Amino acid sequence: MVAFVIRRLIGLVFVLFAITVITFLIFFATPGVDPARQFAGRNPSHATVVAVRHQLGLDRPLPVQYALMMKRLFISRDLVSYGNQALEVVPAIKAATPVTLSLVIGAAVIWIVFSILVGLLAVVFKGTLIDPLLMILALIGISMPVFWLGEVANLLTQDRLHDTVRFSWVPPLGYVGFTANPWQWFLHLIIPWLTLSVLYIGFYARVLRADLLDVQNADYIRTARAKGLTPQNVLIKHMLRTSMITFVSLFGLDFAVLVGGGALLTEVVFGLPGVGLLTYHSLNGLDLPVIMATVLYGAFFIAIMSAIVDVVYARLDPRVRLS
Amino acid sequence: MAEFAFGPDEDVVLAPGEAAQQIAGKSPWRLAGRRLARDRVALGAFALFLLIFLVCLSAPLYAHHLAHTVVFGSNLNGTTTVNGKTVQVIQQGGGKLGIGENPIGPTWHANYFIGSDTTGRDVMARVLYGGRVSLGIGIGSAAICCLFAMVLALLAGFFRGATDAVLSRVMDLIWAFPVYLLAISLATVLLSQTHPIINPASLWIPTLIIAIVYIPYVYRPVRGQVLSTREKEYVEAAVSQGASNRRLMFNEILPNILSTVIVLFPLMIATTILTESALSFLGIGVQSPHASWGTIIQDGQDLLYTRPWVAIAPGIMIVLTVLSLNVLGDGLRDALDPRAKIRAKE
Repeated sequence: MVAFVIRRLIGLVFVLFAITVITFLIFFATPGVDPARQFAGRNPSHATVVAVRHQLGLDRPLPVQYALMMKRLFISRDLVSYGNQALEVVPAIKAATPVTLSLVIGAAVIWIVFSILVGLLAVVFKGTLIDPLLMILALIGISMPVFWLGEVANLLTQDRLHDTVRFSWVPPLGYVGFTANPWQWFLHLIIPWLTLSVLYIGFYARVLRADLLDVQNADYIRTARAKGLTPQNVLIKHMLRTSMITFVSLFGLDFAVLVGGGALLTEVVFGLPGVGLLTYHSLNGLDLPVIMATVLYGAFFIAIMSAIVDVVYARLDPRVRLS
Repeated sequence: MAEFAFGPDEDVVLAPGEAAQQIAGKSPWRLAGRRLARDRVALGAFALFLLIFLVCLSAPLYAHHLAHTVVFGSNLNGTTTVNGKTVQVIQQGGGKLGIGENPIGPTWHANYFIGSDTTGRDVMARVLYGGRVSLGIGIGSAAICCLFAMVLALLAGFFRGATDAVLSRVMDLIWAFPVYLLAISLATVLLSQTHPIINPASLWIPTLIIAIVYIPYVYRPVRGQVLSTREKEYVEAAVSQGASNRRLMFNEILPNILSTVIVLFPLMIATTILTESALSFLGIGVQSPHASWGTIIQDGQDLLYTRPWVAIAPGIMIVLTVLSLNVLGDGLRDALDPRAKIRAKE
């Protein structure tokens, strides 16, 4: 186990280094891209472009630029945005993280509960109309673009049905911190949570159903039935527990991808000032330091989470350690 | 590495309701075709996809012969005829508060069927034209992605050793990036070229970006398949007959991994269409004057509360398309790999 963890950690360090290099190269070494020209204003003179390039440090050799940027990002933590020199990138990401975490954790709770419920119901009612009906709903959930679903939700809860009893409690778009007002925090996030979780409820319910049907004929399930356990007992304690191994590893990665920037579309649609919205706002201005920092933040988070998942998985299933 | 025991071919399996004599002497492809022909749900999904495809393909017919409206240029001062009356496409002060400009809403006639956007363009015609772009990028990038992934997986799985190590590490790296962030980074950079090498408005940019970011998702399962197929007795037999590497790869192994790629293909199109719409929604996918379902949803964002159809209609098209492709993918998997179903049965 220790050897496995060490091996995984060494792999992690390599992946993180490679990610910083590739991200840097994408943003600063793609031919035809010249951030200095972008910030020199409209139709700049050659001298202005050169001055801006020097000011931004873009006239130095690439490895030096890389080292400087990494130093300002990780060690001195004073990397600033190109567009707004007062915006320090690292504190901005730090401030945005709780918003993204609130969104993703809440959605995760919803999607775990409902996907297990839907998966179990589909298996229990296999052979009746309920099973295909649930699976079609799950498939529809997977097929909807999340930003479109969010807009439809906004249309209904903010406008068309807002004045009816059902949705008059929905506050305007935006975010209220948990520490400022927990109740308002909850109200502001409930529609985004539901929107974000739809895709995952559909996906996890389908995976869970397939897994449950898969273990249905295993010898230990037959044994459990033969020794007289009730069907509910077999389903919950024997079948569901085995199926949870896939579930857990899927969950770890999906959670990481969402916190690492995958929730961007939901944040944009609902105006939640998380890391995704920060990325989105810097997209239009070609604010390379901010985009680069948020991409790195996301990639780091995912790489670290996937290492954790691997270790947890190895703990759950000893066979993994050997390969 | 798994151990391989010699025994009866485990690949021959019966789909539910099939008797052994029914499949005797038939090739795997014919068997899959038979199973698919009986799968009404999958056929229905395929029919729906074809229908959407054909409808979008006929966008110029609709725009030029039925609607006679403006699709790509701005049309702020245009007029159109509704129920015999000539009305402004963009009405002044027609909104809820009586201020600002208000584009015409759904007329439910051929012209401006579901209304216009803020620049006076016919949304219905744009949805059809956008469908051509969305489907084109979706199918194109899925095809490029599957083709490259298949070739790379074939090379890695066949030659193993250094080739495999290098290719698989590269794939792991792309995999380590969150798909959306990688696509966003590439798209932002390519769109902001000050001395363009590729025209930023080119549809190849989103197509290639989406193809690249999904290559590892196809590469991984196919490589596994190549590794295990390589160990089969018929490959060994071909080796003992002195078959060349090329023959081994393309005549012995490739036909046997093709079914995996075929099952993945419609699912990849579904994924790439969703990704394209997301990138276009963020403004870094398809660029004006082209339209795609994603850009139309973005156009509709400002009109959401007054003219919701602008954003709703392209979304419905995306849902229907992606849903039909997902169902088709499920059906193809059941037809080509019925073990999944057999295991799922009693």
